[in-house]
This record gives sequence, C-alpha cells and structure tokens, in this order.
Amino acid sequence: MTQDEYHAALPGHADFELPAARAPKPLNGNRPGRRRVLPAANGPAPAQVEAAAPEPDRQRDPVDVWDQRVAAGLAFLRRRLAGAYEVDEFGFDAELTDAVFQPMLKVLYRDWFRTEVFGVENVPDTGGGLIVGNHSGTVALDALMLTVALRDQHPSDRHLRLLGADLVFRLPVLSELARKSGATVACNPDAERLMSEGELVGVFPEGFKGIGKRFSDRYKLQRFGRGGFVSAALRTGTPIVPVAIVGAEEIYPILADLKPLARLLGMPYFPVTPTFPWLGPLGLVPLPSKWLIEFCPPIPTAHLTEYADDPMVVYNLADQVRETIQATLHTLLEKRPDPFGL
Amino acid sequence: MVTGVSRFLGARVAARLAADPRVERVIGLDPLDPPPALAGLLADVELIRADARAASGAIAELGAEAVVHLAVTSAPDPNSGGRAAMKEQNVIGTMQLLAAAQGADRLRKLVVRSSTAAYGASFRDPAVFTEETEPRAVPRGSFARDILDIEGYVRGFRRRRPEVAATVLRFAPFLSSTAETSLTRYFAQPVIPTVLGRDARLQFVHVDDALEILHRSVVEDHPGTFNVAGAGVLALSQAVRRAGRISVPLPEGTLSSVAALARNVGIGQIGLDQIDLFVHGRVVDTSRLVKEFGFSPRTTAAAFDDFIHGHRTGQALNADRLAAAERAILDGIRRVRAAATQDQEHASS
Repeated sequence: MTQDEYHAALPGHADFELPAARAPKPLNGNRPGRRRVLPAANGPAPAQVEAAAPEPDRQRDPVDVWDQRVAAGLAFLRRRLAGAYEVDEFGFDAELTDAVFQPMLKVLYRDWFRTEVFGVENVPDTGGGLIVGNHSGTVALDALMLTVALRDQHPSDRHLRLLGADLVFRLPVLSELARKSGATVACNPDAERLMSEGELVGVFPEGFKGIGKRFSDRYKLQRFGRGGFVSAALRTGTPIVPVAIVGAEEIYPILADLKPLARLLGMPYFPVTPTFPWLGPLGLVPLPSKWLIEFCPPIPTAHLTEYADDPMVVYNLADQVRETIQATLHTLLEKRPDPFGL
Repeated sequence: MVTGVSRFLGARVAARLAADPRVERVIGLDPLDPPPALAGLLADVELIRADARAASGAIAELGAEAVVHLAVTSAPDPNSGGRAAMKEQNVIGTMQLLAAAQGADRLRKLVVRSSTAAYGASFRDPAVFTEETEPRAVPRGSFARDILDIEGYVRGFRRRRPEVAATVLRFAPFLSSTAETSLTRYFAQPVIPTVLGRDARLQFVHVDDALEILHRSVVEDHPGTFNVAGAGVLALSQAVRRAGRISVPLPEGTLSSVAALARNVGIGQIGLDQIDLFVHGRVVDTSRLVKEFGFSPRTTAAAFDDFIHGHRTGQALNADRLAAAERAILDGIRRVRAAATQDQEHASS
C-alpha cells in the first residue's frame, strides 16, 4: 500500500491529511525508500514523525506511517531471505529492481543529472515496443537513465528491458546485476521473445562504437551495425520508438583511447578522460552534465512483417531511425546551450 | 523394451508400462541386476541381464515394437568404473543399441532420454532455448558431450529409418522428494558452494511428470524433439534460500579446483557440467511439448517445493523462522517506540 492509498483508506480525516504526509518530499530530496527505514527505526524515527506531521493529533494516530514503513521493510527483507519472490525466464527480478536498483539510480537521474524527459507519450502504454537510442558516455549510464526515465515518467510505469553486449554477460557480478535488472544478451531470439511477450525493449545499435568515441565526435551518431534490431521489430510487428539522449557525452569526456592497453585488458577501448585514470577511483565520478531525453513519435512496423528478411527495407528503416535520432539530438542541443547549466 | 532398468527412472518407467493394459509385454535390459529397493517394482517386467552389445540380437529376436533408451548416466560413478564406464555406457551403448534397432523390422517407436545439457553453455546464448537452438561450442562437461553424441546417433537413425517414430526428450534436471541425483545431493548439503558473481537461472522437472511424458511417448505417437521442464524459473540463490540452506560464493576457478579435488578424494560429484550450469543457467521453451502432449509438467517452483518437503533436515533458515524473527523485531520496535512516546508525554505533563 502506498502512502496515498493508506491515507485514502483512513476514515474521516483523509482529505486534510494528504498535504502533511507529502511534506518530507521537498525536505530532503525525496528518498523515502525502504533502505532508509531500518537505520532510522530505532532512534530518530519518532522525531521524524513529528517533523513530517506538525498537527498534534497525528502523533496519537494508532497506526502511523513509520510503523507501516518498518513493517514493509522487514517484510521485504523476509521475502528476500526466504526466496519468496518471482524471477522471469530472463532472470529479471522486478521486486529487487523496484526496491533497490531504481531508487539508487534515481538519485543520479534527478539530483546529479537533473534529467528532463520529453515526448514520453510516444512510448506505447501497453504491448511491445522497441526503444532505439544513441549511445554515449564511456560507461553505459545512458541506458540505465533511460530505464529510470520510463519507470518514473511513463504513465504506466513501464520497465525497460535492455539488450546488452555479450561482454557484460561474460563478466561475473556485472552479468548477475544486468540479468536481475531485466537486461539480456543482444541477440534476435531474445529480442523477439521479449517483444512478442509485450515488453518494452531498449537497444543501442551503435554499441561500443558509440560509448567509446572521442569527445570531439560528441553527438555524431556512429554506424548502426547490421540493423538486426530492425529485423527483430519487423518480424514481431513491434513499433520502433527512436529516442535521443543529450548529456551522456559530457559525463566522461574521452580525450584519448589507449588501444594497446585495451587489447591487453580485453576491453573494447581504454578511455583517458580529464579525471581518469589520473585521479584513481575519484575519476569514476561522472561529471554533472544536464541531461535531456526526448522520445520521438513511434514508427509502426506491423504492415512490414513480410519484409523482415529484405535487406533493403531493413537498411532503409534503420537509416530512417538514425536520421530521426540525429535530427532530434540537434534540436535538443539548441535547447541546452550550457552542458553543465541547470 | 526398456534399457537401464536397474536405475531409478528406468525401473519406474518399466513398471508403469507393465501396468498399462495397452502394452503387452515389457522387457527390461540392463547389464546389472536391479537393487533390492527397485526389484519390487519390476515384478511384471521380464529382465534380460545384458549390455547393449548383446541387445542387438534381442531386439530383433523378441520383435520389439518400441525401444525406450534410458541407460544414460549423468555423472560418473566411481564404484562402477568412473568416467570411462560412463562414456562406454552413454556413447558406445547408444551407438550399439541404435545399430540393433535399425535392423529390427518390427520396430515402430524409439524414445531416447536426452538432456537440456544438449544446448551447451556460452555467454552469447539466448536466454531461452527452443528445440531449434544449436549449441555454440562443444561443451566442456563430459555429460553434455555425451548427450551431443547421443543426439547425433539419433539423427543418423532418423535418416536411415524415417518410418520409425523417434522421440528425443530433453529433460531439465530431475527433482522429487525421493529421487537421488547429483543435483539433489548438492541442494541437500547444509552449506552450498556457488559461483561468485553469477546467479544462474535454473529449471527443474518433477520425476512424476517426466514419467508421465515418457509413458505417453511410448503409448502415443509423438515423433520429434521436445524440451521437458517445469514452467517458470528459479535463480540459484533463490533456490538455495527456499531450501533454507546457506550459500558460499566461490570464484569460478576456485570452485572448479575444489570440485575436482573433492571428486578425486571421492566426496561430492560436482563436475564441469554442474559448474557450467551454475555459471550460465539454462532455461528452455516448453511450448512445443505442451502443445504436442497436451500435458504441462508442474512448475519449476512446485517441483522444488516438493523436493524441499523431502529434505527438511539441515535447514538453517526457513520461512517459519524468518517470519517469527520478523514479528519479534517489529514487536520490539513498537514496544520501544511506545515507551518513548510515554516518556515524552510524562515530560510534557
């Protein structure tokens, strides 16, 4: 039960209670997650209840919000420890994603990158969709921010299922986190299975060429692979939604790429940024650029299902998606004259 | 004719077939005598104590109409020859049995036990395997390699005898409250070693459902290859928690060497097959099975629940204890807070 639902269920004083409960939101940057509940439960909890509800009769309410939160937090811990949760066939753990990953990423999304989202109504409310974006930023943070944007801004709170490079799934820990947060290997069988199950699939056709490009090439779309994403969408008749992400290019500007070192470490590139590797772990902190995300109108593909193997149609459609993203990137860049402005 | 009747699955399939009035005669073929525990089941089954080499004559002489090949071992048994004997039985045994079956004129049906290990294990694999998925590389586990060989022989047999209905059943790992496999022994340990940084997606099939599918493929006609697994997925960590065990994540290399050491000493049977499974996980699409057989095996979670019921001992954390702990902590917090508010009221009055 959310806080609002809880208040709606209270008899009588539900109406004037609502603003009081919302008070903590602007107070400390809106982080009422369960993770905060446990340390706060023993000591400062009663004090915070007072701060949140200045009216004197709120304190004597037999069931109060903090009690509910502690109970919810404990129930969550118990479910996790007993294994009483569901994992789908791709390894996606919706409960863990919503309770742990999303709140952590949301801090970056809202407070660090100050992300603004446009055109979220272009993403279908139900059924499958293929979200195709530009890739940048050395580390695939743009993909993660896109999942937060859709979960946070979309009217039906949709989960985005990312398609990741097989390098991600080769590495321990990272592969586990990727699968739990809903990603899977970028291959046509998985993409088609997800789309025909009515999921939103996120794909970045530039791949490592996109995130590993120099800062001087920022906002220049790289080649779009072989267009495998288009044929997967055509085969399932799923609409393609191009999305332009501005801001990720500035978080780790790549000044040089040490190819021999990259080859030695088995990585696709070894970036040298103004802070990495000079400042060590401090160089991993992304620069706080201003982010804009715009979803473009969907391109329907249901009438093109029989052309899924026609290279001409596939190539033209991939090109159309690429042009749309490039044009949207330019208009977004005009909206944001200063990369680090508010 | 059923092969491998001295083993758990073979004995039960033979007994079920013998009890079915549609089946005239059931002959069990095995080089070993069934253990006393299974002998009771096999009262109505005619036993021939012979290996596959001698079977070549038997199939033709007896005029067998259906051959169910279950003599496929999933882990080397150190008491009966280890890996060499396992390969002898799996690969050479299948080759000879199929060669004999090819020459048997009255044969109408061939059912072969295979495994989802046939899909191999690779980082670039799709998350869900359909029957058409080809393995990307030759797997390193011995059982998986045997399975690929066995399926290769079945493909050759299908080419040469297209009129025989050949059914290949790719089973997910078996579980039930009583069955003993290397995986049930693994989950029955109080402390379970897992691979650090990996959380494999697992699927299981309940032994009773596997028996039902095997039975139907003999008495009905279902040519083709089918994945047999319970719907749904359990992550390895989730399965360990549900079983109330404690997992100890080890780096993959360490786990491999510890497992190899344990095998050499003769304790534990975690082979490369299991380690591959725990690194990559394995999930299959069973829609073809459900459509063709009109039967859906119970879900992976239900099969695992049944397994947990049979292995209650050795649980460290179970759902009841966790629920009790949750209530205790919550009550404690409420008492502390109630005391704090009372103190405040005292102070203000």
